[in-house]
Amino acid sequence: MKYKSQKVAYYFFAFSMILLLLQVTYGFIMAFAHMGYDGLHEWIPFNAATATHKNLLVVWIISGFMGAAYFIIPDEAETELWSEALAKLQFWSWAIVGVIAVAGFHFGWFEGRKFLEIPRPLDYLVALNVVLFLVIILMTLLKGKRQTTTAWVLTMGLVFAALLYLPGMVYFENLAVDSFFRWWVVHLWVEGVWELIMGGILAYLLIRLTGVDREVIEKWLYVIVGLTFLSGILGTGHHYYYTGGPKYWLLIGGIFSAMEPLAFLGMTAFAVQMYRKGNKRHPNKLALYWTLNTAILSFLGAGLLGLAHTLPQVNLYTHGTLVTAMHGHLAFWGAYGSLVFAVIAYAMPLMTGRKIYDNFIGNLAFWTANIGMLGMTAAFAAAGVAQVSLERLAGYEFMEVAKVIEPHFFVLIIAATVFTTGILLFMWNFLLYGAPSDEAIQPEGEPVFQVTT
Amino acid sequence: MLTKRQAKTFFIGGTVLFAAIFLGLTIDTLSNGLPRNTHPEKMDDQVKLGRYLWDKNNCMGCHTIMGEGAYYAPELTRVYSRKGPAYIRTVLTAPEGWQPRGRNMVKYDFTDEEVEALIAFFKWMDEAYLNGFPPKPWLQPSE
Ligand code: HEM
Ligand code: HEM
Ligand SMILES: [Fe+2]
Repeated sequence: MKYKSQKVAYYFFAFSMILLLLQVTYGFIMAFAHMGYDGLHEWIPFNAATATHKNLLVVWIISGFMGAAYFIIPDEAETELWSEALAKLQFWSWAIVGVIAVAGFHFGWFEGRKFLEIPRPLDYLVALNVVLFLVIILMTLLKGKRQTTTAWVLTMGLVFAALLYLPGMVYFENLAVDSFFRWWVVHLWVEGVWELIMGGILAYLLIRLTGVDREVIEKWLYVIVGLTFLSGILGTGHHYYYTGGPKYWLLIGGIFSAMEPLAFLGMTAFAVQMYRKGNKRHPNKLALYWTLNTAILSFLGAGLLGLAHTLPQVNLYTHGTLVTAMHGHLAFWGAYGSLVFAVIAYAMPLMTGRKIYDNFIGNLAFWTANIGMLGMTAAFAAAGVAQVSLERLAGYEFMEVAKVIEPHFFVLIIAATVFTTGILLFMWNFLLYGAPSDEAIQPEGEPVFQVTT
Repeated sequence: MLTKRQAKTFFIGGTVLFAAIFLGLTIDTLSNGLPRNTHPEKMDDQVKLGRYLWDKNNCMGCHTIMGEGAYYAPELTRVYSRKGPAYIRTVLTAPEGWQPRGRNMVKYDFTDEEVEALIAFFKWMDEAYLNGFPPKPWLQPSE
């Protein structure tokens, strides 16, 4: 760590870890309910549990992004944060709004809009908070000594993510119009601007971890985010097939969303190529594993499993079934969960001075978390395929099918236990790093393990 | 070989072009396609109240509608023609909360007006055309 103010990132990372733990808890509540054990129904009905599970997910990921930005932008811009005090204020207000939102779900204070359940009055507070965050980041970038492509791609991703939240705050009386704009948030986030954030963070990590020349990495970064928007914007159409839109979306959405995996494949090729070209001298192996993991699992979860149900002929039958949940889990985990873990694994040793680079707990966390998540994906896949065959193809009633697929949720719970073990081990490591300290400051920055070509 | 500048042009050019096409299609969808398929003119105050209640109670937190929501409870796009208004009324007014096959639905204290509003909302939904969704089951056991 080169700058004192980068330490603010620690708060966001710690908050992110706590929320993840809570998210997983609600996952178990829902998995048990699907198995027929909904003993908590009186206090936490399924719709409160889903709202909590999905929103905690979004908030822990965004907290991770914010922490990443506070760590990366000073480093890239070669300057202290514009205001460390405001950054702390931003953190506490963010945390308070987040906690109120999640608590509110348990008292029925929500909106029935998947992923955007946070009630509108709170939306305004979220928006205000995010504006403060962006001002801090932009001011830092502008006063900095240099403005790198990596920093700009990351920052523009954050700015556009904030702008795209706005269409989700309007109330439309026609449910189909409401749904249309809900996708401007949900789809254009995960298959659009969040990929900018992902690309920016990956580029930063690869520059540091592999020592490959910045110009080479940033050139490919442009190509990847170019592919993202080329396919992802019109790819929104894959949500407009069967929600009241006109027929042409079947063609446009089908063609363009089928090209979206290219951007993710680009990320994979990008990371793996840079790793191979790079020298293998950077000692932080855990950060490198998580970085490569992000590049590979995002292609599996978002790219391949997205492709599996994105064509309109297939989606007609899988739309709104557990097949979607299968894809949702591996995509979110592989692309964004794993990315946050990569940043944490990279930044923590630098912030705290504790050189936990390749320890046993960290390695075990890596393998159990990922194997657990792959198991969960398989369980959802089995449940989803059975549901589609029985309900959509053979015409059995929903609840008849729900009974038949209960055993898959038992498998889900076992795999989720493995996954959760991995998460807990990662958090154990997180505690082992200790708190950030000024003694960890390296005025020259981290030694660069530049490749000599 | 591709230069960094060319890569940047590809990124910015592609983004602007496809965003412009997307905005054009959005305008068309909102002014032509969606109204044709979903009949906003049939959304009277009752339907609007039903739509509001659907949202406020996060029914989507268990059910799907137009295939969107959670997967804990049945798809409701066509519930009006599948089950009929009387059945829906029974579900919504079950004194202990509806309990289909051991699964619990939340117990609601809807007024009569609210129950009728939800039924009107489902009727409106039932009449929307969704490009063939939900699909007709076609797989039959062979004799
Ligand atoms: C990291 C990127 C991605 C993430 C995090 C992600 C996540 C999700 C989530 C959570 C949903 C459910 C949304 C809802 O019902 O509200 C969903 C739906 C969907 N995703 Fe993705 N996705 C990603 C990338 C992709 C890609 C690249 C494709 C296509 C190749 C794709 C295809 C689909 C389709 C077709 C649906 C609709 C499923 C349905 O009709 O029920 N996704 N995705
Ligand atoms: C212990 C671990 C977990 C369990 C047992 C679990 C279980 C579940 C269950 C049962 C659902 C509800 C499906 C329904 O609508 O009926 C769900 C939804 C969801 N979960 Fe998890 N989950 C876990 C962890 C995670 C993690 C780590 C992520 C992301 C990184 C995640 C992302 C999601 C998403 C995006 C949805 C919505 C999917 C959709 O509706 O298509 N979950 N989860
Ligand atoms: Fe999408």
